[in-house]
Amino acid sequence: MFEEGYILDLAIRFGFLSIAAAMVVAFVRLIIGKSLPDRVVALDLITVLAVAFSALFAISSNHAAFIDVAIALALVAFLATVAFARFAERWANERPLRKNGKSDQ
Amino acid sequence: MSEIVISFLIVAGGFFAFAAALGVLRLPDVLTRMHASTKAGTLGCGLILSAAALHFGDTGTVGLCIVAIVFLFMTAPVAAHMIGRAAYRTGVPMSDRTVIDEMAGQQDGVPQDAAPDDKTTDDVPSSSN
Repeated sequence: MFEEGYILDLAIRFGFLSIAAAMVVAFVRLIIGKSLPDRVVALDLITVLAVAFSALFAISSNHAAFIDVAIALALVAFLATVAFARFAERWANERPLRKNGKSDQ
Repeated sequence: MSEIVISFLIVAGGFFAFAAALGVLRLPDVLTRMHASTKAGTLGCGLILSAAALHFGDTGTVGLCIVAIVFLFMTAPVAAHMIGRAAYRTGVPMSDRTVIDEMAGQQDGVPQDAAPDDKTTDDVPSSSN
């Protein structure tokens, strides 16, 4: 009915488009943020989308080496998220010790 | 035949990734946004990585994909828990349609047995939220 690889090509294009649109939408949340944990959530989502993007690029370029990129990105994303969460907690706990440090949220 | 399965996995993964990002943009407060963003990690990445495993098919790549999926499934709850705890303890306001807050009695989410040792840095943020 269709020639070989047509449906897969279409699906890969749809996947790239939706992941790119998701990155744009997550970036909007990263900018308008309104509090630090909101931005941490958006940054975590962006790196996870980058993991999915590189796995999809491994399929589309037929190079299995991009799966390694996906694993390394997942490791860095986890460490960055945990470090940012610890930082957010500690930063907000030290804020009342400052002069005129009334909570601004 | 396997091409159709791979295509379905890719389309489903892309759909869930976009739905998660839309949830992060549209939902009212941090905890619900976190609930949406975890779906991209598990469902979106899991489906696309399993599509990659089906597409390549040799043992090394399939093993790598399984390792990546297992790692994502193990770390997503831990990261979400850390962000949620930080958000709750720092007093980020919840949505005004929140029905129940079971930790409201304890002082700012800090457990009672961990609080009263030293009051140098640890807890006691200004409890006005």
